[in-house]
Amino acid sequence: MFARGLKRKCDQEEVTEGFGTVPSYSLQRQSLLDMSLVKLQLCHMLVEPNLCRSVLIANTVRQIQEEMSRDGVWHPGAPQGAGRAPLDRLVSTEVLCRTARGPHGEQAVPESGESPSQTPAPGLCTVSLAQELRDPESGLWEMDSPRESRASFSKSLDQIFETLESKPPGSMEELLSDVESSYYDLDTVLTGVVSGSKPGLCGGLEGFTTAPSPPSSGCKSDLAELDHVVEILVET
Amino acid sequence: MLLSLPALHLQTSEHHPLFQLPHGRLGPWCSPTGSPAPLSCEAGCGEGSWILVCRLLVPTQVSLLSMEEDIDTRKINNSFLRDHSYATEADIISTVEFNHTGELLATGDKGGRVVIFQREQESKNQVHRRGEYNVYSTFQSHEPEFDYLKSLEIEEKINKIRWLPQQNAAYFLLSTNDKTVKLWKVSERDKRPEGYNLKDEEGRLRDPATITTLRVPVLRPMDLMVEATPRRVFANAHTYHINSISVNSDYETYMSADDLRINLWNFEITNQSFNIVDIKPANMEELTEVITAAEFHPHHCNTFVYSSSKGTIRLCDMRASALCDRHTKFFEEPEDPSNRSFFSEIISSISDVKFSHSGRYIMTRDYLTVKVWDLNMENRPIETYQVHDYLRSKLCSLYENDCIFDKFECVWNGSDSVIMTGSYNNFFRMFDRNTKRDVTLEASRENSKPRAILKPRKVCVGGKRRKDEISVDSLDFSKKILHTAWHPSENIIAVAATNNLYIFQDKVN
Repeated sequence: MFARGLKRKCDQEEVTEGFGTVPSYSLQRQSLLDMSLVKLQLCHMLVEPNLCRSVLIANTVRQIQEEMSRDGVWHPGAPQGAGRAPLDRLVSTEVLCRTARGPHGEQAVPESGESPSQTPAPGLCTVSLAQELRDPESGLWEMDSPRESRASFSKSLDQIFETLESKPPGSMEELLSDVESSYYDLDTVLTGVVSGSKPGLCGGLEGFTTAPSPPSSGCKSDLAELDHVVEILVET
Repeated sequence: MLLSLPALHLQTSEHHPLFQLPHGRLGPWCSPTGSPAPLSCEAGCGEGSWILVCRLLVPTQVSLLSMEEDIDTRKINNSFLRDHSYATEADIISTVEFNHTGELLATGDKGGRVVIFQREQESKNQVHRRGEYNVYSTFQSHEPEFDYLKSLEIEEKINKIRWLPQQNAAYFLLSTNDKTVKLWKVSERDKRPEGYNLKDEEGRLRDPATITTLRVPVLRPMDLMVEATPRRVFANAHTYHINSISVNSDYETYMSADDLRINLWNFEITNQSFNIVDIKPANMEELTEVITAAEFHPHHCNTFVYSSSKGTIRLCDMRASALCDRHTKFFEEPEDPSNRSFFSEIISSISDVKFSHSGRYIMTRDYLTVKVWDLNMENRPIETYQVHDYLRSKLCSLYENDCIFDKFECVWNGSDSVIMTGSYNNFFRMFDRNTKRDVTLEASRENSKPRAILKPRKVCVGGKRRKDEISVDSLDFSKKILHTAWHPSENIIAVAATNNLYIFQDKVN
């Protein structure tokens, strides 16, 4: 529902002294990108997602990413907009209407905007975990290499489009494993934490809205999980 | 499913004012002299004003419970009070279509039901009731299904209804949800046989030993009963969601289009269809464009068009090849670089495409405009009409609340001189192609007073708001007019607003 009152609030805040002006173009672009990624992932999985809508959003995301890499904003590891509070990035209307706040301190909060960079593949997980351990201060919102993000992004896209395809019933296990991994992706996407449980869409959303754990404990649980997985593999 | 219902007539005094004007000549748009009178944009009783004929509230699921034995309580969900009437989500009208004579008007809703209205016949006693539409038949066309392979529900929402031209006493229509097309036969029964030998009047079998004489059953008149029977079910041909169906001018075939494919069917054959367009890429990761609408040419049975999410229209000739992946004509307007934004592609996505009755033009609807194209000119449209350009600065918010993905339809009037499409806040717009004048009208309960003439509405863009204007920020984006229909020969229009069906007629002096 179109929030009618929001615009008036925006106007007031923009005019107020000391708060700065309309957010910068790169900030707007970034929040649009985040909004689009969230829209793509949060499909209503009860009914098949609308393919036209998904394709249009995906094209928009590609367009933004292309422009960002043309502008040279797409740097691995480079801090994006010093002192930007990570929470702002996901609440997009607030970002667009609110002014750029001062540095909030390094709340390393896992962002869904970053989650495409965290793929379920254990190898890449190790990479990103290692990065987190090395540089916790940079925050989790730093993108990994654009290639990785794009690959993981198009992988997520692929998964979304593939749910719409009728797969030949080659093997039930194959089918089920696909379903399972897509739920798994949703979880990692929304919570940014590799977790064992698969609460499904609502659970994932709840994980997102509640305050997620700081990365240090997250890293520890990730490592513990990784150890567990390795143990199983070695034993078998 | 066989549903026998007596012909229902809504209590017309209950909800809406009724007034009929003597049906004389056609409205000002179709003047026999050949020069159509201008559309009146000024408020008042001038020529070209529209009046409310009736507002029809599709009977809710609750009222149908007494007639049906199976109650699917899942359909009654999200009940909410709106304008003092109970409306369930299942009652939201999802398609509206007049038949070829305009005598019948069909609506489909989100709950999978089809309701057909019939125009009141002109009678000497009640000359003022001509033009009123009453419920003729109601039936459940589609049921919700579950795709076990993908663990996904298949919605029963009726996406489109298309009538077949009438060839005998019965009426035929096609209705479709996301996956399955059905051919329904709607017929009247006003006689029944009486005097069976082996059955008594209630239908119970008689003991043969008690039968001493033989008689011939006779047909006796009975109360009019309208039956709807499914004659064909065209299923399992679409992987993606069906967005359009179109009956061919040969009346033997029709096409169904989903996001990536278009199939050609013969009405008699349900277990086979020809795939005539397939834009699915080998690698789904490369998918950037989908089919959004498709329609057959009104006269040439070999020609059809389909529109895409990138704002292009392709015209195909089925004589050229079996698979029409290579278009005969390609219609695209070059992008205006000054209007470029991240939303440019989304708002260029075509939500509806319609041939004119003459077959010379096509009309397309994208998010902010309606365009008329000449079939002989592919590089740009011949006419562009702004539906609600004031939304251009709000695209980010409309993207956020998903309104930017709303699919508005557009329609031609019978003479192809006026086009109509919907907008938000229950507004709908008409554009006169000859005079270049346009009008904004509103379909709302508040404005439905007896004998009231629809007052043109105006949206105030900025600066000072005049008395009767409404500002952009006050628009209600949950009230959207996506579906409208225009009578094939008269100036009667049907406008669907959520669960209400408004029928308007032009005021003839």
